[in-house]
Amino acid sequence: MAYRKTVASLVAAAALLGTSSASYAATDISWWHAMGGRLGEVVVDIANGYNDSQSACQITPVFKGTYEETLTAGIAAFRAGEQPNILQVFDAGAATIIGAKGAVIPAQDILENAGVEFNIEDYIDGVRYFYADTDGKMIGMPFNSSTPILYYNVDALEKAGVEAPKTWEEFAEIAPKLKEAGYVPLAQSHLPWIFTENFKSRHNLQFATNNNGYDSAKDTTLVFGEPIKNHFTAVKGWLDDGLFGYYGTGWGDNQTPFNEGKVAMWLGSSGSFGGISKTVDFPFSATYLPYWDAVDGAGTGTFIGGAALFSMSGKPDAENKCVASFFQYLTSPEVQYMWHKETGYVPITNAAYDLAKKDGHYDRAPAAEIGIKQLTLPGGEWTKGYRMGFYVQIRDVMNREYGKLMSGETTVEDAFKTIEADGNKLLGRFSKTIGN
Amino acid sequence: MDAGLLVYWWPAIPVPGDVMKKVQFQSRWVPYMLLLPQLAIVTIFFLWPAAEAVQSSFYLEDPFGFGSTFVGFENFTDMLTSSDYGRVARFTGVFTTLVTFLSLGIALLLAVKADKVLRGSSTYKTLLMWVYAVAPPVAGLIGVLLFDQHVGPLVDFFAMFGWKMQIGVNYFDTSFAMVSTAVWKQIPVNFIFFLSGLQGISKSVQEAASIDCRSGMRRFWTVTFPLLAPTGFFLLIINITYAFFDTFGIIDVIVKNEPGNNPVTLVYKVYLDGFRGNDLGGSSAQSVILMAMVFILTIIQFRLIERRVHYT
Repeated sequence: MAYRKTVASLVAAAALLGTSSASYAATDISWWHAMGGRLGEVVVDIANGYNDSQSACQITPVFKGTYEETLTAGIAAFRAGEQPNILQVFDAGAATIIGAKGAVIPAQDILENAGVEFNIEDYIDGVRYFYADTDGKMIGMPFNSSTPILYYNVDALEKAGVEAPKTWEEFAEIAPKLKEAGYVPLAQSHLPWIFTENFKSRHNLQFATNNNGYDSAKDTTLVFGEPIKNHFTAVKGWLDDGLFGYYGTGWGDNQTPFNEGKVAMWLGSSGSFGGISKTVDFPFSATYLPYWDAVDGAGTGTFIGGAALFSMSGKPDAENKCVASFFQYLTSPEVQYMWHKETGYVPITNAAYDLAKKDGHYDRAPAAEIGIKQLTLPGGEWTKGYRMGFYVQIRDVMNREYGKLMSGETTVEDAFKTIEADGNKLLGRFSKTIGN
Repeated sequence: MDAGLLVYWWPAIPVPGDVMKKVQFQSRWVPYMLLLPQLAIVTIFFLWPAAEAVQSSFYLEDPFGFGSTFVGFENFTDMLTSSDYGRVARFTGVFTTLVTFLSLGIALLLAVKADKVLRGSSTYKTLLMWVYAVAPPVAGLIGVLLFDQHVGPLVDFFAMFGWKMQIGVNYFDTSFAMVSTAVWKQIPVNFIFFLSGLQGISKSVQEAASIDCRSGMRRFWTVTFPLLAPTGFFLLIINITYAFFDTFGIIDVIVKNEPGNNPVTLVYKVYLDGFRGNDLGGSSAQSVILMAMVFILTIIQFRLIERRVHYT
């Protein structure tokens, strides 16, 4: 009997404790992200750092799988009214979430509503407008931002007696020497991102009508001119001559032969820096993404890949304030520098970049600066990014046609015809989903 | 929405007619009550999602649910006129046929041989059956490891014969890896059923047959095979459904979430467009087409093929 009484009073005490602690508890906010492995650990570090830095808000990061899975999970949750406060959405999904009017609160608004000073000029060039709307208002807070750069095996280039190429013309010259030295001269890991989207940016070429799709989804169509077709003709020629290696659509399948020392140069993400330095046993360095000197006005900067954090709508003000305070913490120079150093993603603000320079990070690892330097190269009319819906499928179409091209099932001319036809059909369909 | 697709019919194992006895229920509501759980499951997990899929196949909808446009049959015509859909449909047909016939054929051969083994037969059987316990994504993962273009032992093996396999680059090579993995995964199921089917054939029939005919091959085709037909028909349906739907995990692991220029099946494409690309209308239209196909296939199976099967 006495035992039962004790249990009952314990339960009652616990219940009381629960209610009292809840009423004083910090505001909880959730953050769904797609950062697995080492990146996920750094995300948890950032969240813990934020939680320790103040007591009003408590952020909980939740890993949701790949970029696509995270976006789909966010959409399903939103439709059920269970959306997280912050959703990480990748570059190709930006049009979907920004196009859905009312799904998100612009990052700029959420900061300004909470009384945080916001100046878009604080963000580095290549990052600034990628997740912005037509008027230049920042919708998504850039988070993990990277850009394609050229990594090279220092030993391999020395053995062949060549320098890393600045232009594709130079590459065509040195590639046979690398082949002679026993290497596959070049591989890359993402044909749509590196050889299409950033090819356009690097050569300051239009990618789509309607201001690369930023102005409106209605009647946006893809634009492919001679330069990109010539580029793919050259790439296919290099492949046939054994000067270029293509190992499929998978990212890792193309990076592995570089890590193993079979491929001399590899085009990948500036965010791959940390991973490579932990894997390879040869000295490596990096340089800018090459461009065709023959194309007029080439040599402009690239834009970012990666993902941004979106503040989902339909949340109470108190939680939105916490999101703003988290964004403020996240973009502080110290946190950005830590993120940059740990992962290789670029720091998104000028202040963070300055801090990294001052701290001597680039004296210790010069290659770590290539990504951000490339993003801050002089821009042009077509270097701020693109905004296209159903872009995941458009990338799939590109990968399919490029894959066919590489295995000799189609020609450059036909491949681009199909990409344009299928891509434009998808863009037309997307514009109808948002009621245009 | 598309979950309806994942529900398929599992045909009951045929029971010989003379075993069944006529039973009368006391109340006329009892049979309905007993049916209720099954009906509820069918309604909630099949009919309702199917109806949703049919509805959204006529709309183009913003995935977040803010806007949608009624487009009539546009989702269907867009899909059917795209060059890719035809290719995916053709691959699905070839894949299903190959996986079904190879896994049934090899399993039957193994079962017939295992049936004749006298010593250590349980060891053989266990060795042949264990793969059954492997989950499809794990099977896909094992396939990926074996066929990996950089480290795969099977790639090295085939290279000795001058075949430079490139999974993920070459369409044929990738298909080959998918079919082999899917067949390997399915053989044990078929093996178990065939073996029990074989052991169910009475010794007296077999002895009578061996007196009449000396050729083991002929005895098999004229006596054993027809007696196995009920099991075979059941397995045929199971295997077609397997190749159509359950190979999803294997394909997903082999293409590594990047379809590229790789072969994919119709079911995988529904997932790609709907859950990866957030094209709800297009994906629903494909689901509706698939539902119609499965419906037709079921009718063909039960109307045409089952008539040729004799239950003892």
